[in-house]
Amino acid sequence: MSDNKIERHLYDVVVIGAGGAGLRAAIEARLAGKRTAIISKSLFGKAHTVMAEGGAAAAMGNANSRDNWMVHFRDTMRGGKFLNNFRMAELHAKEAPERIWELETYGALFDRTKDGKISQRNFGGHEYPRLAHVGDRTGLELIRTLQQKIVSLQQEDFAATGSYDSRIRVFQETTITELMLDGDRVAGAFGYYRETGEFLLFEAPAVVLATGGVGRSYKVTSNSWEYTGDGHALALRAGATLINMEFLQFHPTGMVWPPSVKGILVTESVRGDGGVLRNSDNKRFMFDYVPDVFRKQYAETEEEADRWYADPDNNRRPPELLPRDEVARAINSEVKAGRGSPAGGVFLDVSTRLPAEQIIRRLPSMHHQFKELADVDITKEPMEVGPTCHYVMGGVEVDPDTGAAFGRVQGLFAAGEVSGGMHGSNRLGGNSLSDLLVFGKRAGEHASAYVDTLQVRPRPAKVDVAAAVEVALAPLVRAAASSTGSSADSSTGSSADSSTGSSADSSAAPSADSSAGSSTASSAASSAGSLIAENPYTLQQDLQAVMGDLVGIIRREGELTDALKRLHELRARVANVGATGGRRYNPGWHLALDLRNMLVVSECTARAALEREESRGGHTREDFPAMNPTWRRINLVCSLSFGEVHLEHKPVPAMRAELLALFERSELSKYLTDEELAEVEEQ
Amino acid sequence: MKRHFRVWRGDASGGDLRDFDVEVNEGEVVLDIIHRLQATQAPDLACRWNCKAGKCGSCSMEINGKPRLGCMTRMSTFTDDETITVTPIRTFPVIRDLVTDVSFNYEKARETPAFAPPPGVAPGEYRMQQVDVERSQEFRKCIECFLCQNTCHVIRDHDENKPAFSGPRYFIRAAELDMHPLDDRSDRKEYAQASQGLGYCNITKCCTEVCPEHIKITDNAIIPMKERVVDRRYDPIVWLGRKIFRRDQLESADGAVPTVNPPMSSARLPEGPPVGPDGHMEIAELSAPTQGGLSPFGEDLSFPLPPEYVSYHHPERPSEA
Ligand SMILES: Cc1cc2nc3c(=O)[nH]c(=O)nc-3n(C[C@H](O)[C@H](O)[C@H](O)COP(=O)(O)OP(=O)(O)OC[C@H]3O[C@@H](n4cnc5c(N)ncnc54)[C@H](O)[C@@H]3O)c2cc1C
Ligand code: SF4
Ligand code: SF4
Ligand code: FES
Repeated sequence: MSDNKIERHLYDVVVIGAGGAGLRAAIEARLAGKRTAIISKSLFGKAHTVMAEGGAAAAMGNANSRDNWMVHFRDTMRGGKFLNNFRMAELHAKEAPERIWELETYGALFDRTKDGKISQRNFGGHEYPRLAHVGDRTGLELIRTLQQKIVSLQQEDFAATGSYDSRIRVFQETTITELMLDGDRVAGAFGYYRETGEFLLFEAPAVVLATGGVGRSYKVTSNSWEYTGDGHALALRAGATLINMEFLQFHPTGMVWPPSVKGILVTESVRGDGGVLRNSDNKRFMFDYVPDVFRKQYAETEEEADRWYADPDNNRRPPELLPRDEVARAINSEVKAGRGSPAGGVFLDVSTRLPAEQIIRRLPSMHHQFKELADVDITKEPMEVGPTCHYVMGGVEVDPDTGAAFGRVQGLFAAGEVSGGMHGSNRLGGNSLSDLLVFGKRAGEHASAYVDTLQVRPRPAKVDVAAAVEVALAPLVRAAASSTGSSADSSTGSSADSSTGSSADSSAAPSADSSAGSSTASSAASSAGSLIAENPYTLQQDLQAVMGDLVGIIRREGELTDALKRLHELRARVANVGATGGRRYNPGWHLALDLRNMLVVSECTARAALEREESRGGHTREDFPAMNPTWRRINLVCSLSFGEVHLEHKPVPAMRAELLALFERSELSKYLTDEELAEVEEQ
Repeated sequence: MKRHFRVWRGDASGGDLRDFDVEVNEGEVVLDIIHRLQATQAPDLACRWNCKAGKCGSCSMEINGKPRLGCMTRMSTFTDDETITVTPIRTFPVIRDLVTDVSFNYEKARETPAFAPPPGVAPGEYRMQQVDVERSQEFRKCIECFLCQNTCHVIRDHDENKPAFSGPRYFIRAAELDMHPLDDRSDRKEYAQASQGLGYCNITKCCTEVCPEHIKITDNAIIPMKERVVDRRYDPIVWLGRKIFRRDQLESADGAVPTVNPPMSSARLPEGPPVGPDGHMEIAELSAPTQGGLSPFGEDLSFPLPPEYVSYHHPERPSEA
């Protein structure tokens, strides 16, 4: 098999991630005249963004002319329970319409209103119909449009230089495992081609992270294998910081049956277009779960709620459209109270609410998905749904205007799901796709500007490259060593789903080697000859069990402490993970390398969840069930030093007065401390 | 319940079907079984997937000889004692196991001229009617699973046609742009005929049959494009008009895009070769920051180095460092 040849590439801006955020950043960097590389773990055009269904939120005011950026800003802050970085929420609300319109100039075809403008649909937490959409495959439209824009730029370059790849090149099925630094400056990125297993080194003064989320650490999730928190972990290891990691969004409506598709998303548009939630007593239970902070905006009777679809100006919205965290918790309590559906969810019904022909037109891919995967015709019967891990609000702490990562490192930028702050403690549906565009563009623009300020190009150090090679090869080396070792015949994996069994297993692993998170863990390779290498799939299942059972929707102090202990044990086992089968397109090896990222990010989540003693948005503590205004002022910031996660308190930036003035005093009083309110009063 | 599976394993150098007995539970799809094989019996079994819900088009494979998405093929569609044979899609070179090199498709995508925005229409000012966008929207549902490409007999087992034939996926792309209410080019059909090899298609409809998105590839894209190309060809006025006004565009579209295919050895987009077919160096080299390969010493170091930068230890006189 191939040796350790390392292919070297020189770029100005390297964008890691080919989802909406990455592609938008790359377009901007290329337009700024920078030589740009786009790197993606899967094929071009298959990133997670392709799965987004409902739409992209932008206050264009096409469906209701009263909508504007201020209303959108208000909704976003409310949805995030005021923990959002206000500046990001502001930029997002202001710039989203431009970014959506821009897509039309790239060739996007959104659904239209009667007067030919972009149609907008209702979604949870948005006061007016606001989501630009294409049926329920908006993400596909978005990513395909950006993909085709990149192709069109490549065609321009071809005409100018004779090479499609001369200014912007896509490295598909390529995984980055390590960022390279020169002092505190980013100097490039190291990774491997999945197809051949060969290594590559990108030398570039600026890196934009757009790697998406972390959901793969959970058993029930709408996320794909790509979501192993790579960008989060890369940033940590490079000296950047993560914020809000305790906030994970559990989407209220994932499929619960059949078991193999458990977690796959049922878009919120089902509810936006009239779908209602019922329990086994056939009751529309959401009316019982409207929290005080939202009481004024939501209907109290079914009649009022039903009138809203036709006449939103004179009626309040149905409670099915509460922000996701509220709906997810409500479903959770109904099921716990024994009023769930046979498969352990609740019923989501559109069949009695809309004519079949309309359901098929407005929700084509849901109709298709249920028909093909569950044999359920949603025009005739209700769906069974339950919460699924969907989105991580937390991420790289960035400067709101530029997307530059905080912490020690320079030249690192982040956009999209991997960045944190924009969504506070809970993201509104549809705010992600627009977030990708707004902050993707900004990150690309500012990464390019940063490159222009540099006098010398930072250079990766040879020792770092060598260390990265060693870490990458370690699982293969370990497996080879353990299979030639004498004790190879006893079974490799502990039983798949028992997180409890894991502690017993780990006693066999070397307790000395606990530096899994750092880049020096490679020594394990040589010392592990006598041990049996761990199976990556088993480890992943064990990790998922820990996170799903102990750091799930509802959290408790004892369980979180327990989770941290188990994660620590897993760390030793992950340091001993092995993969057989060589370097060519070997999913076992790929997973083995992703595990250490999942682990360090999971630890951040568990640590922050234990620290935050309140319930807010995507973080619910059974032992601290209420929102606490004092905690609203605090961001929990994670960093990594010598392989250990550190947690710090940092104040949430205070909103500017003119933005505060957009809210009524009575509303502010639900979120702010008395002290803050007094200040507001003075102004 | 245990079921019998035969899965092709191997790589470009060859391979064969391997037998597996594997647990199957209610409601599962073929992709679940592949995952179970990875987790229990064959950790290095290569297979692409992302969404598990028929949205990304990654998990294309041939199941009992039929091109299908693994994630949308339910186990309940097979009889209880049926052996299920899973092979990689055949039209593209195998990389490993169920993963094939689909770069052919990305090359064809790059050759298809992009959307041309209407001049003078500002962003935000685009106005289109729903009925007008719907025709193109049908084609934009495409998830790029390439099953239609895989099944089309023009290139299945006929590598020699690949350079000249873009395949149904790119016919619908041309049709989509042709029907786009605001696209500024009017030569999409001619392009399909002249440069995409539309003429090779003899409307067998196999592509439509396998499309998981149920796009009516032949009826709604290929046939209308063929018909209208025919119209234009024989309509002297349209022909004349085209000659006068569209010549330049046609030229740049056909002339500039060579349909030479480099050997398809890699799934990533091919790098511009250092030397082109004409024996000359790529002009792109000139636009690159450096000519030739990268220096192993970094780009900001020039030789010879000043003496104080050179550390040399004389083998016999170590003191003279
Ligand atoms: C089922 C579903 C439905 C959704 N619906 C909506 C919706 O209706 N509206 C909305 O606003 N949001 C929605 N979301 C959320 C939204 O789709 C995502 O948050 C968003 O697409 C994330 O985009 P991104 O650009 O940050 O990353 P992604 O699109 O996830 O892309 C990540 C990229 O990074 C690459 N990558 C990751 N790690 C590495 C590495 N180590 N090396 C190289 N490359 C790497 C991946 O290959 C991929 O290309 C939905 C999400 C899901 C799962
Ligand atoms: S209809 Fe044409 S494109 Fe489709 S499979 Fe047949 S020959 Fe190929
Ligand atoms: S047209 Fe249909 S079969 Fe062809 S690539 Fe697109 S989705 Fe797949
Ligand atoms: S995994 Fe996405 S289509 Fe099958």
